[in-house]
Amino acid sequence: MPRVKVARKSTAIDMTAMCDVAFLLLTFFILTAKPKVDDPSKAEVPPSTIMQPVADVNMITISVGENKAFYSVTEQDVRQEALKAMGDKYGVSFTPEETRRFSLTQVFGVPMKNLKSFLDTDPSELKNFPQTGIPADTTNNNELFNWIYTSRQAERALHDKLLNVSIKADRKEEYPMINTVISILEKQKLFKFQLITSLKTAQK
Amino acid sequence: MAELDTSSGGGKHKGGKIRSKKASTRVDLTAMVDLAFLLITFFMYTTTLQKPKAMDLAMPDNSVKTSQLPIAASRSMTILLGSHNKVEWYMGEAGKSAPTVDNYGKDGLRKAIIENAKKVADTHNGDEKLMEVVIKPSDKSTYENLVAVLDEMKITNVQIYAIVKITQMEIDDLKKNSIY
Repeated sequence: MPRVKVARKSTAIDMTAMCDVAFLLLTFFILTAKPKVDDPSKAEVPPSTIMQPVADVNMITISVGENKAFYSVTEQDVRQEALKAMGDKYGVSFTPEETRRFSLTQVFGVPMKNLKSFLDTDPSELKNFPQTGIPADTTNNNELFNWIYTSRQAERALHDKLLNVSIKADRKEEYPMINTVISILEKQKLFKFQLITSLKTAQK
Repeated sequence: MAELDTSSGGGKHKGGKIRSKKASTRVDLTAMVDLAFLLITFFMYTTTLQKPKAMDLAMPDNSVKTSQLPIAASRSMTILLGSHNKVEWYMGEAGKSAPTVDNYGKDGLRKAIIENAKKVADTHNGDEKLMEVVIKPSDKSTYENLVAVLDEMKITNVQIYAIVKITQMEIDDLKKNSIY
């Protein structure tokens, strides 16, 4: 009796289609990717029904969390110019390396007197650097006021454009701090700005 | 690789020509797919899919005093933002009508705004866009409250509204209602 021969079947699957899909998705995610900005203010924005997205260029963002103000501006060259102008104003000089480091810092919240040591800190240690917030009050000459003012001047000089201002505050932040920020903007005759919110659907 | 040898057993060339074995054109894609999915996972975790939204806010220009118009008491609604997520609102001048303590949301503040807009419209030739809303946040209210009220303005389509500093009298009134 002849032995029954079992046909040996290949276990290899045709992976061409899977590979196609995988790379299609990969391309999509690479093209749409915008890395998360590490925001030291830890602000959790309140919800609203507004649909208008936040612009990613020409934007000053003042983040407020736990009664501390943090500052960021989108353009790197504006950051550098603003740092130079602020250094002149407060009598601090920065090395080219510190200026470069500053232009790569997205969001920061340290007073001018600590800014130099903040920029000298190793990037891996920066997470532990105590960011005490930028001093802000309702007078005409505080650091947050000057940061906004010098950045706007730098933007005007470098790109001949106007910077938009947005406020990103924590939902539980009490109103006096918000009022301080708004009055700083009003003092610079900035009466139009944006409040950053997250999307929720309106209850019908 | 984990692949069975499916070629019919070799090594039995009974004379004749020795044919060179045809190489398969199939490439093993396993490693490539692995890598692709790994990268997909990475990009999915690092992207922010939900972009934040921006609410436009225009404050009155306080440098030009002449451009500021007085508020008509007959069509103004004042909203005081108190603590514990409560609001207090009244129509017209302070102290002349009893304020109402209300909640945020569609059954509280939104309903009140829509009703008041209708009342104003009834006395002003049916124009529903005439109501002016004065928002007065107290020091005990939060940013979320402010955004919620501004959002109500957009939802209820109130055309004229402004954020104004709260007065001591109004703070006392909030205290009386224990929401300060």
